[in-house]
Amino acid sequence: MELLVAGAIGALTAGGIYLILRLRAFAVILGLALLSYAVNIFLFATGRLAVNKPPILTGYKVTDFSAYTDPLPQALVLTAIVISFGMTAVLVMFALGAYLESGDDKIDMPAPDDLHEDDGADVGEQTLVIEIEPKERGQ
Amino acid sequence: MFSESSLLPIIAILPFLGALVPGVMIRAGRTACASFAAVPTILALVLLGSLAPGVMDGTVYTAELTWMPQLGLEAAFFLDGLGLLFAGMILGVGLLITLYARFYLSGDDPMGQFYTYLLLFQGAMLGIVLSDNILLLLVFWELTSLSSFLLIGYWKHLPEGRQGARMALTVTGAGGLAMIGGMLILGNIVGSYNLTDILAAGEQIKASDWYTPAVLLILLGAFTKSAQFPFHFWLPHAMAAPTPVSAYLHSATMVKAGVFLMARMWPALAGTDLWFYTVATVGLITMVLGAVIALFKDDLKALLAFSTVSHLGLLTMLLGFGTAEAAIAAVFHIINHLTFKAALFMTAGIIDHETHTRDIKRLGGLAKLMPITATIGTIAALSMAGIPLFNGFLSKEAMLYEAAHTTWYENPWIVGALSTLGALFSVAYSLRFIFHTFGGKVRNDYPSHPHDPPLGLWASPAILCVLVIAIGVAPFLADDVVRMAAQAVTGEDLEVHFAIWHGVNTALLMSIAAIVGGAILLALHRPLDRAWLATPRPEAKVIFDSVLGGIVSVMRSLTTGLHNGAITRYLAVFVAVTTAVGVSAYFSGDAGPQTRELLPVPPVVFIGWVLLMAAVVMVVMFHRTRFRALVVIGIIGLMISGGFIYLSAPDLALTQISVETVTILLLLLALHFLPKETHAESSPLRRGSDATIAIVAGLAVAGLAFAFMTRDFSTISDFHLANAKSGGGGTNVVNVILVDFRGYDTYGEIIVLGIAGLAIFALMETLLNGPAGRRLRNADLSADRSMDRHPLMMVVATRLMLPIAMMVGIYIFLRGHNEPGGGFVAGLVFSIALLMQYMASGFAWTTRRQKIEYHGMIGAGVLIAGLTGIGSWMASRPFMTTSYGYFHFPPIEEFELATAMLFDLGVFLCVLGSVMLMLYGLSRLARHAGETVNEEPMEYDPSRSPDAAVVTEEVR
Repeated sequence: MELLVAGAIGALTAGGIYLILRLRAFAVILGLALLSYAVNIFLFATGRLAVNKPPILTGYKVTDFSAYTDPLPQALVLTAIVISFGMTAVLVMFALGAYLESGDDKIDMPAPDDLHEDDGADVGEQTLVIEIEPKERGQ
Repeated sequence: MFSESSLLPIIAILPFLGALVPGVMIRAGRTACASFAAVPTILALVLLGSLAPGVMDGTVYTAELTWMPQLGLEAAFFLDGLGLLFAGMILGVGLLITLYARFYLSGDDPMGQFYTYLLLFQGAMLGIVLSDNILLLLVFWELTSLSSFLLIGYWKHLPEGRQGARMALTVTGAGGLAMIGGMLILGNIVGSYNLTDILAAGEQIKASDWYTPAVLLILLGAFTKSAQFPFHFWLPHAMAAPTPVSAYLHSATMVKAGVFLMARMWPALAGTDLWFYTVATVGLITMVLGAVIALFKDDLKALLAFSTVSHLGLLTMLLGFGTAEAAIAAVFHIINHLTFKAALFMTAGIIDHETHTRDIKRLGGLAKLMPITATIGTIAALSMAGIPLFNGFLSKEAMLYEAAHTTWYENPWIVGALSTLGALFSVAYSLRFIFHTFGGKVRNDYPSHPHDPPLGLWASPAILCVLVIAIGVAPFLADDVVRMAAQAVTGEDLEVHFAIWHGVNTALLMSIAAIVGGAILLALHRPLDRAWLATPRPEAKVIFDSVLGGIVSVMRSLTTGLHNGAITRYLAVFVAVTTAVGVSAYFSGDAGPQTRELLPVPPVVFIGWVLLMAAVVMVVMFHRTRFRALVVIGIIGLMISGGFIYLSAPDLALTQISVETVTILLLLLALHFLPKETHAESSPLRRGSDATIAIVAGLAVAGLAFAFMTRDFSTISDFHLANAKSGGGGTNVVNVILVDFRGYDTYGEIIVLGIAGLAIFALMETLLNGPAGRRLRNADLSADRSMDRHPLMMVVATRLMLPIAMMVGIYIFLRGHNEPGGGFVAGLVFSIALLMQYMASGFAWTTRRQKIEYHGMIGAGVLIAGLTGIGSWMASRPFMTTSYGYFHFPPIEEFELATAMLFDLGVFLCVLGSVMLMLYGLSRLARHAGETVNEEPMEYDPSRSPDAAVVTEEVR
């Protein structure tokens, strides 16, 4: 079981890192989502794995601590899950904002040398759904 | 109970409090401003005076306030003879400078700022000399560097002022950093940062292996501050400051801080060969070099600056000798140098103020035009030259005596000879100051017609000149003060007696040689000056600038090499470095043998795992077709939730699955505005290297996870398990941890979530009002707009689901304390229930029927949670302690109510509000893009054009 969990953490990490190294904002968001999964499971696993031992007490007084899994990492991960949602949401909003402002969702700044030839030039090469040029519209 | 010691922290804090006042008082006029700036100084001086008799009798006052005991940092102050002498000098001269500056500064200078900086600086200096804790001393030490930066750069409009301030800050700041290292070593050797303890542990320190680095680092701090060779170059450049600042910084305070430190640390560090050869040699070189350069400076202030460098060298050399007699001479010269140098700086300021020039070559004959100034300047300069009947003579005599009796590398005469040479040049430049400025014929080409200034301007130097003569004529006046301070330096009982006439001895002969030689040198000044100007010399500022420029360009190339604007590069470097560090740490450490058995793997779990792994691979492979990747990522979330259930984490599973839903919805909404596909841009090589980095990092993390999962560990969780029911009143330990044990964390986290929600709202607001908003209004999104936006089936189904979902949410909320569930999950379930309505009938339609603002919900949530926490204060228990009780209202069974539930309500509201606010932001984007608001909850006839069934609403 431990091998499977470790393997899952590794795979999620590798996939996440590969995706955050891509050049477009959406891939990075997906990558960060995968990385948050990996980190959350990693944190959860620091409490070690246990089957059928949920940290829900059955009596008033706890006599056998080994009957329950470690609740502390779970509490930490619970908030981490919710926070990573918040983070993803903010990132999505950044990505959207950047895309709407600049017309593409590249995450890298253009290199200083090709800055002058880059302004708006490469917008045409991709199929943008949003048109950059304003349409004629009846007022 | 009142004790005199408790005055010490008050004295130390007074200037800082006073610094707040001048900025306000400047509105009441310049005189009021200066008067109020003087008040804290006078108060501190009076308080200090009340302690002075005790200190003279040998009492050492100490006061200690606990600050950060874990770090060894205490707000500890003490006052002994040395501290009293310096504190008196700092405050006394500070007062004179306050008066002088009132008349010196012109109407255009912001006087409030000046006095604020001055008091800040004064407070920092006072802190240094009163600190009984070396960490506290370091804090004040850095404060002097910073506040002197403000003072030197006071005339912000002058480039020399700015550059001089920057140079002073760079040099003294760098020295300060070195000193931090030295002080920490010192503290480690002794085992205490308390200055008194350190001074008492001199033997232990000198025997330590760390003595050499500690001494060198501390001396680096002292030498930079006191402008010792080769760090002397900053001081003349700091002359770009207004003259009151120069007079204060370079006579009594800033540069004396280094000397003070060497004197203070004398019992702990001095007396070894290392100390002697470092300190005495540097001091000697500085003294001679400064004196020689000073003779050839035409700017009055530059002349005084290099003479200050020279005199500081003299003091350093004396302290370097490491004998009690030399310490006495040093203390005496500290006092004398203060009196004549401050007076001279102020005289130079007056001359500058009246004639509008400080160039000696354009001056001369001022004695007839400005008799008062000339008298003051002459007295002070004669003292600087070391002429009998002025106080400078006495301490210079003592210095020459010590120098003549010091052997340097078995050479008995070199120190004496070089000291005489220094004194000779000192006589020469002092006489030049007198004769070339005041002497000679009256000229008719001064830039401004000079005459004596008002009393306010010459009163301060005149007071100092009275001291110069008083001590010079009646040296026994200084006996007690010097003895008090010198005893504090050396820690021994000393007999101090000064007299003008010691009979004919070596020192007297050296003095005579210096005076005669100096006079001859002045007579030869004209040809010597020509020769000096013709000789090429290294220019310190050029060297400093080129060194600094070199460092900057190296750093810039390094920075732009790493940070070229490509975030992918930072991330790649970051991941690679982190992995490398982690792997090397893993292999250099010892993880110990595996202690835990591996758990078995049931087939169902294995299938789930295969699905998860396949989904990860698919996300990576299909990330270009964004929609598909989004669908697959849902599988991952689902499998992880399943894993949580299997591995005894029901709460996590609930949270994960509801967050998953919300996240996917959010991403779907966002994808509407983003390109639907990513084009392949990176080269195969690039992808290959990225994949390599990713796989190596993944393997490393997997290895790490496996390593710790198979080993036992000690945990604090047993405490949580044991106390969850009895202390927190709940059986769901995870929930009790969230709302009670670690309630503070949770509180912080819901605030973060709330901020995220509000930030998104704010971002959207600015976005829509900017160019992006206009672009969006003109965008054509009709291609991917559904003809059946609000399908009948979905609308009906979600209406039915709403009450059921809400009841599930309430149920999860209520049972949260004892069973899996709680505020987080309930909030998410509620959000999903509401979101379904929005999806079915459109956001705008639903918002119109909704009464509660989400912003308010976030606020209310945080408020409720916070108030619940505060509530436990009422029961005099720590913040966020749960109280609970059992209640029985017929016909309901007996049930438990805990304050934790209120806290959880706060969590719930905050989560709900934030999630909804985020989606609200996205939907506003959609409406900006021309999405219409439907009148009816659903489309009755999907075959009609979407515009027919709705009333178009113009947005904004």
